[in-house]
Amino acid sequence: MKILVPIKRVVDYNVKVRVKPDGSGVDTANVKMSMNPFDEIAVEEAVRLREKGLATEIVAVSCGVAGCQETLRTALALGADRAILVETDVELQPLAVAKLLKAVVSDEKPDLVILGKQAIDDDANQTGQMLAALLDWPQATFASKVDLAGGNATVKREVDGGLETVEVKLPAIVTTDLRLNEPRYATLPNIMKAKKKSLVTTTPAALAVDVTPRLVTLKVVEPAKRKGGGRVADVKELVAKLRNEAKIIA
Amino acid sequence: MTTLIIAEHDNAALRSATAHAVGAASKIGGDIHVLVAGSGAAAAAAEAAKLAGVGKVLLADASYLASPTAENIAATALSLLPGAYSHVVVAATGFGKNVTPRIAAKLDVAQVSDVTSIESPDTFVRPIYAGNAFATVQSKDPIKVVTIRTTGFDAAPSTGNAPVETIPAAPDTGLSKITGQELTKSERPELTSARIVISGGRGLGSGENFKILEALADKLKAAIGASRAAVDAGYVPNDYQVGQTGKIVAPDLYIAIGISGAIQHLAGMKDSKVIVAINKDPEAPIFQIADYGLVGDLFEIVPAFTAELG
Repeated sequence: MKILVPIKRVVDYNVKVRVKPDGSGVDTANVKMSMNPFDEIAVEEAVRLREKGLATEIVAVSCGVAGCQETLRTALALGADRAILVETDVELQPLAVAKLLKAVVSDEKPDLVILGKQAIDDDANQTGQMLAALLDWPQATFASKVDLAGGNATVKREVDGGLETVEVKLPAIVTTDLRLNEPRYATLPNIMKAKKKSLVTTTPAALAVDVTPRLVTLKVVEPAKRKGGGRVADVKELVAKLRNEAKIIA
Repeated sequence: MTTLIIAEHDNAALRSATAHAVGAASKIGGDIHVLVAGSGAAAAAAEAAKLAGVGKVLLADASYLASPTAENIAATALSLLPGAYSHVVVAATGFGKNVTPRIAAKLDVAQVSDVTSIESPDTFVRPIYAGNAFATVQSKDPIKVVTIRTTGFDAAPSTGNAPVETIPAAPDTGLSKITGQELTKSERPELTSARIVISGGRGLGSGENFKILEALADKLKAAIGASRAAVDAGYVPNDYQVGQTGKIVAPDLYIAIGISGAIQHLAGMKDSKVIVAINKDPEAPIFQIADYGLVGDLFEIVPAFTAELG
């Protein structure tokens, strides 16, 4: 069984982003880039399924600028067998990425696609569901546990009220939530080995996909600053302020 | 111009998120229809019909929609679209995030996620980078599909009286099946709509210690939330998580207890009207956004806080 794991290169989660002075976007020049944390969980889950003997091959795929090669090498070091980069300098929105991934799925014919539920840059939470729609596959989003048996995936999902179990027929889409697993770190020998693994590059044109953005960003601004930093000395003062100043409790 | 709203409900009752979606749709202008897809969901449909601004409720009833999958909800919504609607609006809850992109992709249109403000029928404001920036985006697609952040829009009041029309549900796609649910039982108000939220973090030290928050929550009639660290450590279930990838809350009063204030947590609560932080570390980032910060041992402060409320 083959698993496809799409990954995204994003601004590292520890970086506090700055809005560009001209309001055209967020400054990503000379900022540390990393694999989207939810995608690390996706790679880890695929590797664990292979370690359990349930999967035979893991293909990592990324869409974006040439720098994504670095992120794909990380996926290879974590255990992916080979990698594909759909290279473009065009700003890719979730629908375009889903279309590119659909084309890759048509070539690769995986039984399972595991994606992060959300990228921490655009916070869209769309790509997995859109790919499922375009392929007419079932979707099991926000997974906290994945079991494979008899051509089905049984997935425990994080929902607003707790957990829900959904059973989907393979091939299917799974998107990862935080509690699915704790990703391993790449070891130095595995980082060295990853350099020799196959990484092929293609383009949206070669896949015959139109990636023209559908949404135009008119401006990007910083959020309104919150005036904080107020202190109280003790519980009595706190309760008095909540009653008399904020007037929020009786 | 007509907006289709996909209602979130448990057949017996409508979830409050749907009233916020109607409130958001009122900012777009034009007529508003609400799709209620369920099984024996007449009561939920009747509630939707009362929401001010709603022109018509469309009730699709089928046994396989009792615990509906994203595949089946999307199929029924798509049987109404395209052509008839200019907008699709769904609350950005776990339900909306799961279902809506499936609809947008089938329509070959972009989705605008987690909208906090509607500037015009095609222009929306949404947070990016955990709320560290806000982007104003314009959709060039024929149908605008958006999910809205419930804290950004007032709930529509229940002053209306729209007709309920029964429509056929799309056939069962058979792609997936919900086989179990483990829902957290609580007598407390729902986290995302509570007036007061008390959240605990890693500083609580154990699930057992969350009990000291319960006494305070009882006094204040508050909901209880948690930071990611507390959920990851297994102190409380996943549905307590407030933050960038958990629930977004904006209550009148948010009390952060033993929470340091990672930007991912702040993303989920910094629009609260008043923020109280209780933490033993005076340098904790949570104090920078707190209106009232109290430095000290939470195990002494929280019981004293509860007692002071009388």
